[in-house]
Amino acid sequence: MNTTGQPRTHIGRLFLSLLLPLLLCVCTTAYAQNEEALAEQARAIAQASLMKRDDAIDALTQVAHPRVPVILSALLEGNLYSDDEDENRILIERADGSLENALTGESLGTDIDTKRIPVTTRMRTQIRNILARLNLDSENTQTRYEAVQRMIKEGIDENNVELLKARGEVEDARLVNETIESALALYDLQSDNERVRLSAIKSLRGSLVGETRNELRRLRDYDPVPAVQEAAAEALESIQTKLEFYKLVESIFFGLSLGSVLLLAAIGLAITFGVMGVINMAHGELMMIGAYTTWVIQQLFPDQIAWSLAMAVPAAFLVSGLVGIAIERGVIRFLYGRPLETLLATFGLSLILQQAARTIFSPLNRSVELPVWMSGSLQLNPALSLTLNRLYILAFGLIVFFLLMAILKRTSLGLKVRAVSQNRSMARAVGVRASWVDAMTFGLGSGIAGVAGVALSQLTNVGPNLGQAYIIDSFMVVVFGGVGNLWGTLVGAMGLGVINKFMEPWAGAVLAKVLVLVMLILFIQKRPKGLFPQKGRAAE
Amino acid sequence: MLTQRLLLSDRGGMIVLGLIVLMAIVVPVCNLLVPSDSAFHVSTYTVTLLGKFLCFALLALSVDLIWGYAGILSLGHGAFFALGGYAMGMYLMRQIGDRGEYGHPVLPDFMVFLNWDSLPWYWQGFDMFWFAALMVLLVPGLLALVFGWLAFRSRVTGVYFAIITQALTYALMLAFFRNEMGFGGNNGLTDFKDILGFSITAKGTRISLFVASALMLILGYLACRYIVTSRMGRVIVSIRDAESRTRFCGYKVESYKLWLFVFSSMLAGIAGALYVPQVGIINPGEFSPLNSIEFVVWVAAGGRGTLFGAIVGAFSVNYAKTLFTTWSPESWLFVLGALFVIVTLILPQGLVGLFDKLKREKKTESDNSEESTESKEAL
Repeated sequence: MNTTGQPRTHIGRLFLSLLLPLLLCVCTTAYAQNEEALAEQARAIAQASLMKRDDAIDALTQVAHPRVPVILSALLEGNLYSDDEDENRILIERADGSLENALTGESLGTDIDTKRIPVTTRMRTQIRNILARLNLDSENTQTRYEAVQRMIKEGIDENNVELLKARGEVEDARLVNETIESALALYDLQSDNERVRLSAIKSLRGSLVGETRNELRRLRDYDPVPAVQEAAAEALESIQTKLEFYKLVESIFFGLSLGSVLLLAAIGLAITFGVMGVINMAHGELMMIGAYTTWVIQQLFPDQIAWSLAMAVPAAFLVSGLVGIAIERGVIRFLYGRPLETLLATFGLSLILQQAARTIFSPLNRSVELPVWMSGSLQLNPALSLTLNRLYILAFGLIVFFLLMAILKRTSLGLKVRAVSQNRSMARAVGVRASWVDAMTFGLGSGIAGVAGVALSQLTNVGPNLGQAYIIDSFMVVVFGGVGNLWGTLVGAMGLGVINKFMEPWAGAVLAKVLVLVMLILFIQKRPKGLFPQKGRAAE
Repeated sequence: MLTQRLLLSDRGGMIVLGLIVLMAIVVPVCNLLVPSDSAFHVSTYTVTLLGKFLCFALLALSVDLIWGYAGILSLGHGAFFALGGYAMGMYLMRQIGDRGEYGHPVLPDFMVFLNWDSLPWYWQGFDMFWFAALMVLLVPGLLALVFGWLAFRSRVTGVYFAIITQALTYALMLAFFRNEMGFGGNNGLTDFKDILGFSITAKGTRISLFVASALMLILGYLACRYIVTSRMGRVIVSIRDAESRTRFCGYKVESYKLWLFVFSSMLAGIAGALYVPQVGIINPGEFSPLNSIEFVVWVAAGGRGTLFGAIVGAFSVNYAKTLFTTWSPESWLFVLGALFVIVTLILPQGLVGLFDKLKREKKTESDNSEESTESKEAL
């Protein structure tokens, strides 16, 4: 795997996503000039005689406009119509039977008398090739990749090969290039010349395109030449090893992704429970508040989805942090030194907050929209694709973690927090306002819970029970990692996430969770203070 | 001597026990003998409801025994309650016989539905009541023994113990939700027909179950009382107040805690076993961590460390729950949540503590007034 290129494309994508609105503006002006050309050529298709229509189609292809592929595929499917009364108006029938303007996509209802624009079989082939080329030349890497994949699936023939070869020469994305190479090799496998077949097999070694294995299996079992059979078997084996490796990478990724969610949920706890020693059972509900904050912000600014997360993170931090401070000042302050009572009181608060969410936002789940730059996936190769939202949350979890680390180690608040947690009376003696530090620390932990809620809202629906599902797991992470140790929390969260995901395939999701809990209970037997216990006097 | 130790020195307990005995006599009489149009008639619905409360009181007793006296906060007592309930539920399922929806002579309906062709090994023997009754004690007891041994041996205490017990009941809930476990999955065990040959919906059976619950509660109370007034009880209280010091004095803290925990889990199991035939269903929801923590709040609301306080708490909180859920179901969680906060912040001794405080204030008031009259006379 190309480890050096990875982060660069990653950052590039982030950068692109920020530039996307700007790019869109530029593109729209460029397309505006093409509107007229599009209208003209589309009319030409409708009005040309059946014999001349293929020329008209070619002419339409020359127009650079996003509607061109739409019109062409409608023509291919037989869904392109002209208006009976107004010959200049071209219509597309949608899947549900209603009509839309072919040039603009605007909906027109159903009651219009129309005439279908017919196509011949020859024209269908022509359109298919054009569409394939249009997709192959698309600016979006994913579209190009999918176009090649579709061609492979539908079977490579002479027409495609030319297109692919042409594209392969100018293609600069590694993923698309490799897929094109595999596609060409797959075509060569059908050759009568055994040399060509052998060299194709050679170039297919390590190709992860799904069809490759079927083709190679066919050659291994039925090819007349034994040398080819052998080569095919060998290539299959190398592919198998590679696939297994990527499956492993994928499980690790999913494990880390689950771990990052646990990490986000647990670092807030690591502050309130680990540093302050306060059991906060309402921690999950503070996450829920963060998630609802995201939802509310999206409701307030429905046309700013791309930016909603940038607003939601600080907003959720503030809202949850303030609620946290209120909880600390109103309840927990009176219960310091009585952990079991704190547990019960905060549990009561969690019930109140949950019910409040049910009353205010309804008991139904709300879905938070995923911004465009977070949806989709990063296709590393045909066997491995990483979903972008999980990737971003993984990165986000680590950023929050290191930020918190920096706050605790480098700021004066962090210094005071550590001082108060290590020796309260001595800290007060040298002039630290201990109760103020308590409130701030608790607010910090709660704010981080809110931020975790923002991240969670991108993975699941937002509902009143959102936090409940994570509270036990995140306590487990803190206990597993060692109370009062942030590194332990990191290792604990990631470790638990990966273990969970590795057990899932053979144990099932629920049983895996049960087994992990049982393992944890047994683990605590061996190391009651967690993976990284505090040493020295602070321990007890 | 024993009565002196168990009852006479415990005025609150005597009052509460007296009320329970009174209830166990009056309620059946009012249900069976008083005509249904009379104002004193108690409906069978109320009998079942009160029977449920009695089971909850027994459960609260078991929680108070370990939390109030040994300082062990278990947030997983729902697991023992539910396991006892499942053991009883399995007996009741086997009693259905071929009267199930699918009419299979041995297999319960859900197993037929899952296309199982024979009874799993752990369902064997549950057609006999004595075996089921034994399991009601043994299953929760064994779980508590293993879990407690592991936990206490490595000195998991306080909050850590609370969290891992919560994890325990959570894990069991997830496990019991799975159909493959063979306990009816999501739906649990239900549609019971008879118990010991009597129809489960019959009025007489309901009354008997109610009386049995009351008797069990009284017995359970006396047993708990016996333990806490014994020498062992004193050691246990000293463990609560100064665990390390007790250990240094040479007591085996772990064994004391372990046996108390096992006894408490068995009490919870019995409560579950009496609860299931009265409500007619047991499902994995009983394992939910919320349930277990609710038990704790009953004890806290009643007054921990008094035994009869737990009974008072279980009755009053559950009565409030019944009222609120019929009046406005949404508000119940607000009330319950507020109860948690209020009890911990304002009423650390619970209702019992509140009574005592009021009584003491009254007493000092009357003392003061006596003093003032005396001083007036003196003047």
